Amino acid sequence: MPAPVQTRVIFKHIDEPGYTNDLGCYLRHGGYETLKKSVARPPADLIEEVKKSGLRGRGGAGFPCGVKWSLVDRKSGKPIYLIVNADESEPGTFKDRYIMHQDPHQLIEGTIISCFANNVKQAYIYIRGEMPEGARILEKAIAEARAANLVGPNILGTGYSCEIYVHRGAGAYICGEETGLIESLEGKRANPRIKPPYFPAVLGLYQCPTIVNNVETLCQVKHIADIGGEAYAKTGTPGNTGTRIFCVSGHVQRPGYYEFPAGTITMGQLLNEVCGGPLPGRTFKAVIPGGSSAKVLRFGERYKGKRKVGADMVDYDWGVEDVPMDFDSLAMIGSMGGSGGVIVMDDSVNMVEALANINAFYQHESCGQCTPCREGSLWMKKISSRMVHGDARKEDAALLKSVADQIPGRTICAFGEACSWPTQSFLIKFKDEFEGYAEAKKALPADRLSLV
Amino acid sequence: MNLKPETFQRIDEVITHYPVKRSATLPLLHLVQEDAGYISEDAVLWIAQKLELQPINVLEVVTFYPMFRRAPIGRRHIKVCRTLSCALLGGYKTCETFRDEFKTTLGATSPCGEVTVDFVECLASCGTAPVVLIDEVLHEKVDATKARQISAQIRSEAAARK
Ligand SMILES: Cc1cc2nc3c(=O)[nH]c(=O)nc-3n(C[C@H](O)[C@H](O)[C@H](O)COP(=O)(O)O)c2cc1C
Ligand code: SF4
Ligand code: FES
Repeated sequence: MPAPVQTRVIFKHIDEPGYTNDLGCYLRHGGYETLKKSVARPPADLIEEVKKSGLRGRGGAGFPCGVKWSLVDRKSGKPIYLIVNADESEPGTFKDRYIMHQDPHQLIEGTIISCFANNVKQAYIYIRGEMPEGARILEKAIAEARAANLVGPNILGTGYSCEIYVHRGAGAYICGEETGLIESLEGKRANPRIKPPYFPAVLGLYQCPTIVNNVETLCQVKHIADIGGEAYAKTGTPGNTGTRIFCVSGHVQRPGYYEFPAGTITMGQLLNEVCGGPLPGRTFKAVIPGGSSAKVLRFGERYKGKRKVGADMVDYDWGVEDVPMDFDSLAMIGSMGGSGGVIVMDDSVNMVEALANINAFYQHESCGQCTPCREGSLWMKKISSRMVHGDARKEDAALLKSVADQIPGRTICAFGEACSWPTQSFLIKFKDEFEGYAEAKKALPADRLSLV
Repeated sequence: MNLKPETFQRIDEVITHYPVKRSATLPLLHLVQEDAGYISEDAVLWIAQKLELQPINVLEVVTFYPMFRRAPIGRRHIKVCRTLSCALLGGYKTCETFRDEFKTTLGATSPCGEVTVDFVECLASCGTAPVVLIDEVLHEKVDATKARQISAQIRSEAAARK
């Protein structure tokens, strides 16, 4: 089956010749019309539209956005905050930066609509420290919107006021985790908070109810407010509505970002047709489907079971290429859709060395609060780096696996799972390569590409 | 604190963005570092006083976040992405090329005082790997050849300044 055609909704104007990131250009393309429509509606209607749309968060967990909004404590009388998670730090993910650089007003419009819907008076955009240009572009865009009465006091004469400020991080991945982000925004180390009791919807920023949403999620909200939740839900598949942006990197002919109706494209279509297949003379070996924390898939393995199609249960028997790229299918085969970052490795890659690279990342980024995560990520890095740079032993495979197995479920935040899953899945799926690495290493060319 | 008048102005402005002063810790550290080049002991004390905090509250933030530094670095900061997608396309080679070009080691300032080369984690541009952030500008698809070109450019800009 040929791949479906790209449907660019969020990325409609990304890379479009002549499209600039200033207010004038955005307005010429129909910008802020949705905001004008939206502020004339009762806020509860907008929340209802988002619920009907079935929108799932695009930051990683795929949590239904409407449900998240309905959990917000509206009785406490405390102010409600909204934080845009623009930390985009999950390796393999590169979509939010393009939105902020090339179409910042789309994000601002989505943010103000979401704030209006939830009676939020103050929003913060938490942007990664490594994106100074993005921060400047957003600040300029907010200033333009404020001057046009689209942000700030008494928006469009409605009596509703809302401010947006940009807040820069400083190079720590854990600030992407929502409670770590909140600590960071409060001016502290980004140590994630324990849930319960610190569910942001109830006890978030300054102990007030807080909504944290990803950049792309809020752009999707703008689109929902525009066309309505029901119309939105017609794109994609039940349970995976709207469009999904995939960021493909690594060993394919045409890496890049591609937007499709959710759940309509398979991994094989995406990698072979859309991205042009493997590099000349190479074959695909493995793919990480949803950011570096997602469990790796090995080309050649098969996934079997029963799944729901409409009201029926049907058998499935898939290779990696057959897997539909939606949250549920990827979860069903033991991985996740996560942030949409697809990292491809071909047969030139040694899996021990690739894992050593990933482990170095997690060791560097653990916040250090929980012993299993802090020590586990350190030991996984030490062992895998030693295998590459020093002596490798057959028993290192089992040792690595046992360290990884002792982390998940024993930590404050999901980083524990995130750092463990790569090692667990690499060791299960490429066990031979780990056990045989000591021998294989002798035959590997000394001038090969170094990964760690 | 010895900062530009404009920096002081921006500091006072940014504090108003938050209902709680402590939230301005990261913004103040960024502003001070952009102006002074690094976070000195004095800067920690000054920021603490400005935000009505204990110095340790500021210091613990400085030591947690990789972007804040406690000593000066070269005039230009070359940050090479180290993470998987970039490594798969030669990120380590790119980094080595920059180190060789400026005869320096990771994290140290080059003997000419011009650059500091560092590895950083994923810069959210994995589709155009390998990527390098030089000061505030992102460079894409930086293979060894392009790294040598960029290095030559940096050297000629340095020479022009003298
Ligand atoms: C370790 C870790 C890192 C994360 N990094 C990001 C990130 O960079 N960007 C993001 O939007 N969400 C990230 N998340 C998910 C957030 O915690 C949160 O679920 C998300 O921002 C919610 O937004 P959404 O519902 O719109 O997806 C991360 C989560 C974890 C556990
Ligand atoms: S799991 Fe890791 S990153 Fe998360 S709070 Fe614990 S130590 Fe920090
Ligand atoms: S891995 Fe280098 S930018 Fe993402």
